[in-house]
Amino acid sequence: MSMKADAARLIAVWAALMGLLALTVAGSFFSLGAGNAVLGIGIAVAKAALILWFFMHLRRETPLVRIAAVGTVVWISTMLILISADLLTR
Amino acid sequence: MTVSRSAPDDRSIEMGAGISEKTVAETAEERISYLRAGHTLRSWFFTTDHKRIALLYLVSVTFFFFIGGAAAALMRADLLTPEGDLLSNEGYNRAFTLHGVIMVWFFLIPSIPNVFGNFLLPLMIGARDLAFPRLNLISWYVYMVGGLFTVFILITGGVDTGWTFYTPLSSMFANGNVVLAATAIFVVGFSSIMTGLNFIVTVHTLRAPGMTWGRLPLFVWSHYATSIILVLATPVLTISLVLIAAERLFGIGIFDPALGGDPLLYQHLFWFYSHPAVYIMVLPALGVTSELVAAAARKPVFGYWFVAASSIAIALVGFLVWGHHMFVSGQSMYASAVFSFLSLVVAVPSGIKVYNWTATLYKGHISLDPPFLFAMGFIGLFVVGGLTGLILAMLAVDVHVHDTYFVVAHFHYIMVGGTVSAFFGALHYWWPKITGRRYSIVWGSLSAVFIFLGFNLTFFPQFLLGYLGMPRRYHVYDPGFQVLHVLSSAGATILGVAYLLPFAYLFYSLRNGEPAGPNPWGATGLEWTVASPPPKHNFETIPVVTRPPYDYEIEQESDAG
Amino acid sequence: MLGMYLFLASEVLLFGGLFAGALTYRILYPEAVVAASARLHVWIGAANTALLLTSSLLVALAVQAADRGLRRPAAALLSGAAGLGFGFLVLKAVEYTKEIHQGLLPGFGGRFDFSSPVEQLFMNLYLVGTGLHAAHMTVGIAILAGLAWRIGRRSLPLPERAVTVAVCGLYWHLVDIVWVFLYPVLYLAR
Repeated sequence: MSMKADAARLIAVWAALMGLLALTVAGSFFSLGAGNAVLGIGIAVAKAALILWFFMHLRRETPLVRIAAVGTVVWISTMLILISADLLTR
Repeated sequence: MTVSRSAPDDRSIEMGAGISEKTVAETAEERISYLRAGHTLRSWFFTTDHKRIALLYLVSVTFFFFIGGAAAALMRADLLTPEGDLLSNEGYNRAFTLHGVIMVWFFLIPSIPNVFGNFLLPLMIGARDLAFPRLNLISWYVYMVGGLFTVFILITGGVDTGWTFYTPLSSMFANGNVVLAATAIFVVGFSSIMTGLNFIVTVHTLRAPGMTWGRLPLFVWSHYATSIILVLATPVLTISLVLIAAERLFGIGIFDPALGGDPLLYQHLFWFYSHPAVYIMVLPALGVTSELVAAAARKPVFGYWFVAASSIAIALVGFLVWGHHMFVSGQSMYASAVFSFLSLVVAVPSGIKVYNWTATLYKGHISLDPPFLFAMGFIGLFVVGGLTGLILAMLAVDVHVHDTYFVVAHFHYIMVGGTVSAFFGALHYWWPKITGRRYSIVWGSLSAVFIFLGFNLTFFPQFLLGYLGMPRRYHVYDPGFQVLHVLSSAGATILGVAYLLPFAYLFYSLRNGEPAGPNPWGATGLEWTVASPPPKHNFETIPVVTRPPYDYEIEQESDAG
Repeated sequence: MLGMYLFLASEVLLFGGLFAGALTYRILYPEAVVAASARLHVWIGAANTALLLTSSLLVALAVQAADRGLRRPAAALLSGAAGLGFGFLVLKAVEYTKEIHQGLLPGFGGRFDFSSPVEQLFMNLYLVGTGLHAAHMTVGIAILAGLAWRIGRRSLPLPERAVTVAVCGLYWHLVDIVWVFLYPVLYLAR
């Protein structure tokens, strides 16, 4: 893989990230009820996924390392989900 | 050149040709035991040898065990009488807080992993050291810094919030050194994370050739599971402590009820760590017990894969149950019901382990040497603790016994009856390996028996006290409870003396004990194939593993007793 | 690599506690939180996000360069990323200053101007969250700058030690990811 092609790929990812940033800021100007939160978090997740996959080279890492990354996401989600379970049903 | 060496135990390990990485000159030096390789203070305090670091930890955790024990002694003495006459109310609060903080973070959590895990993990997997030896040393220094803070707190009057630091008491109203205590625990948390990280990477990357996951000793499995918890749970404690400190120091708080802060948020964050933390305390003990039971019965552990998987299951499911500490604190009923159910589920893997140990012992040639007595004691006490845990997991029952001595008895059965017994069992089992000396079997057995008896006398009455309604963290109580308290304190005295016994005879053995060979118990495991004490770099040549774990020769049925 | 990912996992859980706090108050006091969030400086935050995303790009490019043994480009890219990170901190300081003048930043300045107690709670969370993030950024900047210097002085040979660059780069990317979540959660709650 030539340096140029690799670099181009990274720059493309960056452009996507900036686009998502613009989207998320724009979205905050509309009131969509619960949709705002979903949009905001959803876009953040997408950005994080791009950073993880391309910038952090997850696409080239061993399955073990990928499991570590995915596992982390699962853990933090579990914590947040179970805490909300309490908060939402009080 | 193929060297085939049969070790004086049941298991022969084939040494692969050409695997030796060392030069000829180094090989002679290697045979010097790790204890003799360097006598200077520098060689001990700047060591990166996992075995020496394990000993550094052994000394430190023992020191803190005594301080925590002294706090307990004060409490039990005060509780002899229904009036609060020995300590003031504030003093008693400080005593139980200190007892909890020191025992949990400076003894129980590091005890088995940082002493025996550090010492044995590389040996058991056929490696020369952990993956990050310098990180290992740093973790000890970090631990000591945290410990120093704690000693400082002792001197400057202590903390009175309970080891749980509930807000808003801890963040807004408590007297005493809450910030110092939070800092001490904050610091020691990093030691935990470093250890967990080191263990996980070691097990993934440094196993000897042929040491597949299915040949790992169960001790390694349980430490791997513990390490997952160490890495993922501890940071949540860290942030909880940071938030308390921020509120106390800068008034920047998110728990202040006047602003709308939710005290339950703190409890969620605290217990998200602290429930898995109790599994950090018990999983290594479960791993030790698996090793001891196999060696006691001279049989492979029954259902190896079930036991291995149960360690991982406990680690994972253990993260889902923290709400059972909050049944009466205002948590929603529906969330409580979910946590209650999940808490019942988490008992299943522990139960599997107990069944499998029992099946291992069945038709085994059971030896009653001291380590194995400790292991038997562990199983009995762990079962009691576990069953009472199930009782507490049931929402309807917990509502009545929450914050009573029933809970206190439950967790002491697991942590003291369990983990501390396993710690002593490990100490007695691997002492010959670590020091190269044997100790008096008679004295070892006596201390195991006295610890068991003293423990039960101390803590069984506490179940009754709790059931009858005696609240925890109180030192003034209804005189009707006094008989049970006296029994408990009497037991504590016996227990205290029994804990001191090993000091005497183990120290004695250092100079006067018989030299131990590589495998005094005739057990399986790579650690028993090297000299006692092991050479500095563990193995002359990295072994190639070809046999299953617990490869005892099973004798004919007709021989079974 | 595995070791670094495990460390990053612990960092994620650390910030996770803060996000749990944010989630809690969003659920308990939705209107007050939304009102408080609207008073934050969305555009400074957006600019900071852009700076950080760009710095991540530079770091990723630096890792590529390091892999190929391209010393000067790697050092330059890392310095650039550190510079952008520094820019982030400068903007943050500007932002904090504005908030102090508005009486919104807890703990600083005598006069506070919160529209509700929950806003104060929210701003407390904002300060702890962005403050903790800024602390991590500072460490990250130091690491990147240090790496750039060592590469420049040839004390970190490339491509032999390229993995060091990759591992340090992972830390930076994590700090970026944390901000990627902090920004919408704090600034864009509607």
